[in-house]
Amino acid sequence: MLYDVLIIGAGCTGVMTARLLSAKNVKVAVAEAGPDVATGATAANSAIVHAGYDAKPGTLKAQLNVRGNRLMKELCAALGVECKNVGSHVIGFGEGDLPMLEELLARGRANGIPDLEIIGQDRLRAMEPNVSPEATHSLWAPTAAITCPYGITIAAAENAVTNGVDFYFHFRVTDASRAGDIHYITNGTETLAARYVVNCAGVHSAEVAAILGENDFPITITPRRGEYFILDKAVGGLAHSTLFVCPSDRGKGILVSPTVDGNLIVGPNAYPIGDSDDRSTTAEGLAEITAGARRIMPDIPMNMAITSFAGVRSTPNQYDFYLKASDQIPGVIHAVGVESPGFASSPATAEYLVGLLEEAGLALTDKPDYIPTRRRDGNHIQWNRLSEKEKAAKCRENPAYGKIVCRCETVTEGDLLDMLDAPIPAVTIDMMKKRLRAGMGRCQGGFCSPRVAALIAERTGHGLDEINKSGPGSWLVTKREEA
Amino acid sequence: MAEHKLVIIGGGPAGLSAAVAAVDAGLAPEDILVLERDSEPGGILNQCIHAGFGLHRFGEELTGPEYSGRYIAMARERGIPILCNAMVLSLTDDRRVTFVSPETGYTTIQAEAVILAMGCRERTRGALSIPGTRPSGVYTAGCAQRYINIEGYMPGHRVVILGSGDIGLIMARRMTLEGAKVLAVCEIMPYSGGLARNIVQCLDDFGIPLKLSHTVVQIHGRDRVEGVTVAAVDEANGRRPIPGTEEYFACDTLLLSVGLIPENELTRGAGIDLDRMTNGASVNQFRETSAPGVYACGNVLHVHDLVDYVSEEADTAGRAAAARILGNAAPVVRSVKLTTGHGVRYTVPERIDLAEEPEDVRIFFRVSDVYKKVRLVIETGTGEILVNRAKSAVAPGEMESLTIPASKLAQVLRSGEEEILVKLTETEGR
Repeated sequence: MLYDVLIIGAGCTGVMTARLLSAKNVKVAVAEAGPDVATGATAANSAIVHAGYDAKPGTLKAQLNVRGNRLMKELCAALGVECKNVGSHVIGFGEGDLPMLEELLARGRANGIPDLEIIGQDRLRAMEPNVSPEATHSLWAPTAAITCPYGITIAAAENAVTNGVDFYFHFRVTDASRAGDIHYITNGTETLAARYVVNCAGVHSAEVAAILGENDFPITITPRRGEYFILDKAVGGLAHSTLFVCPSDRGKGILVSPTVDGNLIVGPNAYPIGDSDDRSTTAEGLAEITAGARRIMPDIPMNMAITSFAGVRSTPNQYDFYLKASDQIPGVIHAVGVESPGFASSPATAEYLVGLLEEAGLALTDKPDYIPTRRRDGNHIQWNRLSEKEKAAKCRENPAYGKIVCRCETVTEGDLLDMLDAPIPAVTIDMMKKRLRAGMGRCQGGFCSPRVAALIAERTGHGLDEINKSGPGSWLVTKREEA
Repeated sequence: MAEHKLVIIGGGPAGLSAAVAAVDAGLAPEDILVLERDSEPGGILNQCIHAGFGLHRFGEELTGPEYSGRYIAMARERGIPILCNAMVLSLTDDRRVTFVSPETGYTTIQAEAVILAMGCRERTRGALSIPGTRPSGVYTAGCAQRYINIEGYMPGHRVVILGSGDIGLIMARRMTLEGAKVLAVCEIMPYSGGLARNIVQCLDDFGIPLKLSHTVVQIHGRDRVEGVTVAAVDEANGRRPIPGTEEYFACDTLLLSVGLIPENELTRGAGIDLDRMTNGASVNQFRETSAPGVYACGNVLHVHDLVDYVSEEADTAGRAAAARILGNAAPVVRSVKLTTGHGVRYTVPERIDLAEEPEDVRIFFRVSDVYKKVRLVIETGTGEILVNRAKSAVAPGEMESLTIPASKLAQVLRSGEEEILVKLTETEGR
């Protein structure tokens, strides 16, 4: 099979690009090193659809963040993914922080963001009663939103598969060659051929550029790890909007934000690491997050943490995203150094990359039979998001929706079975977790993971010992030795 | 909306005992509905295939499934309806229960009385914030127990266990018997939270080291656990790990037995008052919560160490719910509050509702530390001793109980006392 476009990396940028192309008359493949879409930075970030005041005017970051903010909301609505327009505050502590807030306000206005304003302590506290009494001002951005970054990426991937995009998982690109205008991309055992290649490999994107044959590639990536806590839904109401502090040279700093699922997210810090896949947390880091959170919200009940995790962002050696056609290798487009606000920008970044493909000669015409939803028959909406009437009707229609498997997040057997039959079938514990939140609640899968594993095993005709948590090697159980 | 007299949420040992007691107190079995979220009744006992249950209740040593089997049989003999695969989604303080099951679909019932018997869940790695990677192979002890005893698979082969609660101790033995190597059981406290008999029978008998005042400080391994780092903790410094004491254990599994949390999400949703110490509802001696007609018993109320006491507590709740429905409960004259004094972490009940002619009331409580040679004392706010019993040793892992005789409560009723204090006095130094 000769693909028109091969996208390397199934994070939000790669998947959104594949989805846009799936509406056109081109054959598209996505090669992903991991076992699923959204396993890198897309799976572990602050889950904020930034308003766009942070980026310096005139940069791609600014342009794509502001447009991405609007497109992301539209995309969530189109694919049935929750997105809440909660707004964000950048909090200042005293007059000393005012110049920075003014600077952000000016940048935001230059970037064309509506309704930005600096508000005083009274208004801030009326909106966010739990914020520190030492917070004196905030930059209020009502267009900032929250959604589930891997949720929308999975939805976009399903939409892409429904429209003919092929995904290749466990496909870590190890070599590339070119004959005429055809690129051959291999993982050592399998080779994919394509006329155009888009490098969306996130933290590995500079390595991929080298594999593709770039000499003296201008961008280097420093992996920077950020750690987070998730707090129980019982305290999810303590923040109503995303709460930042004044930014520093190490990023936007530690934030406290509600999540779209009703938890609180707290984090991140930012430290360069040597191994770009090292997503371990540290005692010092978690202590730093706790201290940072208390600065924003002194009484934040960190004992209500239900989990902690780390994500790795791909920080480039320049301020802006590097989105360019290769000047050395025809037919190669790079999306490199896409760090924050990479997720918020991703629908707009995808448009930009599609534009670069057209400039490079790819002819695109609309597909007449394009399906705008996740499945041929519409969008999958999880049972627990339905109205009472719809819930009752769904149970009557299929009793599997009356059987709760994950108690903490109210995930039904019907939902799990649906995901086993999805355009990208969910066949690991983590795939189910990301799609349905089974195991993401306060018991962290203690009750449901054996049941989810047993259901996957039964439906895929495997033994429980063949089911993995995530990728190969992450086995759950082995067969018992017979006495 | 459908109506029902008594809805019992949970078909484990607490829910079944309560149902049986309610019928034995005169309630018609068809007026009861037990809602069980699992595919069969019996609760967590179904996976506790070791012996040690029922010594107090039945005077013999039973396995978990045998113990629950007896209660399932008693419930069936009485014709009590048990609906399985039924998950309660919400409860209101005026006893409206919304649940879903494949059999009934999405249903709401108005009940005259509700008994909460949802049990508890295990604390997780996330709640402890153990640093490191997030590979496969980190299991709560109960989850691993399910894999072995119900699914029939091995959750791992070289095992470190964090926490010496009873489930952790039982699983140390179980994994060993199944051919796994249990390298160590680490306990952050200077004493075990488990029963003394389990330390002997599950660790000592198999030569498994118990490392007191130690904890896991790092988890290693990308896809599957490859090892854990264990360190000693400083008792004098907030139990923080002591630098330089780290020890690496190469293992493929970390089991956690680090505490149980009563599952009170429904209770909280109904706006019922919770006790900060038990994490369960605050109740009177009949196990009635702050919402009239809503009772709680078993591990949803406070974490028990013996199921026998769960059954006893559930009997109390079941009888009281039946009396409310049948209209033969003695009217309450006034309430006295139970408070905790030196060395006592919590009591259940938290209040006593006194009728004109009080009955004996048994007070369950846990001590807050290990003590030797103490007196367990219940006294009134003005210092009048109601109960005073000597004990050679007490520990937080073993629940204590004392009974206040009816005659003493009659005195309290007449005296106008508003508080009763439960405390311990140390007869010698520690």
